Amino acid sequence: MQARKFVKGNEAVAMAAIEAGCRHYFGYPITPQSDIPEYLAREFPALGGEFIQAESEIASINMLLGASACGVRAMTSSSGPGISLKQEGISYMAGSELPGVIVDICRQGPGLGGIDASQADYFQATRGGGHGGYRIIVLAPASVQEMYDLTMLAFDLSDIYRMPAMVFADAVIGQMKEAIIPNPRPAATLPAKDWVVRGRKEGTEQRVVKSLKLGDGEMEAFHWQMHERYHELQEKESRWEEFETADATLVVTAFGSAARIAKSAVMAAREAGMKVGLLRPITLFPFPAKAYHDLTGRCRKILDIELSTGQMIDDVRLSVQPGTEIDFYGRPPGAGSLPTPEEIFEQIKNALLIFTNLSPFTRF
Amino acid sequence: MRHDLFISGFGGQGVLLAGNLLSYAAIREGKNVSFFPAYGVEKRGGAAMCTVIIADGEVGSPVVGNPSVSVLLNQLSFDKYYPKVASGGICIVNTSLVDTAGHVRSDVELIAIPMNEIANSLGDPRMVNMVAVGAYAAKSGAVSIKAVEDALSDALPERNHRFIPANVKAIAAGADRTV
Repeated sequence: MQARKFVKGNEAVAMAAIEAGCRHYFGYPITPQSDIPEYLAREFPALGGEFIQAESEIASINMLLGASACGVRAMTSSSGPGISLKQEGISYMAGSELPGVIVDICRQGPGLGGIDASQADYFQATRGGGHGGYRIIVLAPASVQEMYDLTMLAFDLSDIYRMPAMVFADAVIGQMKEAIIPNPRPAATLPAKDWVVRGRKEGTEQRVVKSLKLGDGEMEAFHWQMHERYHELQEKESRWEEFETADATLVVTAFGSAARIAKSAVMAAREAGMKVGLLRPITLFPFPAKAYHDLTGRCRKILDIELSTGQMIDDVRLSVQPGTEIDFYGRPPGAGSLPTPEEIFEQIKNALLIFTNLSPFTRF
Repeated sequence: MRHDLFISGFGGQGVLLAGNLLSYAAIREGKNVSFFPAYGVEKRGGAAMCTVIIADGEVGSPVVGNPSVSVLLNQLSFDKYYPKVASGGICIVNTSLVDTAGHVRSDVELIAIPMNEIANSLGDPRMVNMVAVGAYAAKSGAVSIKAVEDALSDALPERNHRFIPANVKAIAAGADRTV
């Protein structure tokens, strides 16, 4: 067995990027993700990597765009305000069909907010974030091991589908330490990068990477093509974890840190004899809609838990079978507002007590 | 077995190092661990906390509402977190900086240790956290003192390995206070 390494979630991301063959990183420091640039700044020189602390987040996302256009594996990372600044560049990358990994270790907002964990950037991540109606791949790790594994997956998916991929975690998962097994990069069949721009050889066709599409019908065709790709992602790449759902009368759903906390509450509820399970989306885009649809054929009540006033709940509502009752328990981000397993256990008890069949909107 | 521990103090008291050290010790013993830090934006003087879960099986939530053991190193932490210790739990308090009068809970075992005085008597006030670690390890049995001593070389950067013998003494001094 490979030796376990006790590392922060952020460090696991950096380790995985190196293992995945990433040798180009561009970023600008911000809590709670600065361990990522710190690690790579230390490790890249000996590996022949290129670490650049850019003058801003806007510069760093555009450096990512440039590096990806040259065909290398590249990454940037940030949080809250920094991710907001990167949105223009992400939109250009989506428009140019460029891969690239963006790590978002969420903190409180809006504005400068604070440094505690948050899930209130779910919409920003899963709806594209910038202009133009695109989507990006969004992966939501719930442990330090998953920070490692999903970062490697993000590079592969990003290359396969030629679109940016985001590792979407928060201050809890980024800063906590756990022992991980740093597995070698898994084998993947990746398409040839026959579109990269590295200088034209005489006699070869000119390649252009751009998001400007002015031809008659050109942009419309592009949108439909991307639409198809998003469908393909949904079919092939939806990932989720189910825990004790087979006979559950209530299923708790949450992602990332909230799921981690909720799982302990679900285990306590099981010990107390309650028929409760957990459904944890691992991919937020594509959202694992099929899992919710299948599950709500046998379980009629969902309790959604988020570190926000409720965002993923919209996707849950769109995915469940008609007549499913959806309860919501949210703790918007901030110092002292992280929910505890004990607290969620109480919510589970309440949810099991009352099956109202009221519209979930009445809960707000 | 599953041990959950909450440590709180102010920035600079070594709260995070204490949690890290216990985590490394547990890993040396082949256990599963989560170490979850939380701290203010200040480098020193702000609040510093961490939660350590040590388990044979799945760690589960890295966050605990009512910890079974709390180590509280300053008054602010005591006032805020003593009421949250689980019923039947243990609270290890640094009475050099904490006045526990008027806050007695009959359902929590309170272990009062003047950690600053002990650390000072060993020659360095910065070893308060090691006294606390020794007391916790000895009292809870979550990790052995031997594993904690061995883990010092994992938790401390190379340049500070020369301080290991002094830290070993502080850990022993803390452990002695719980028997």
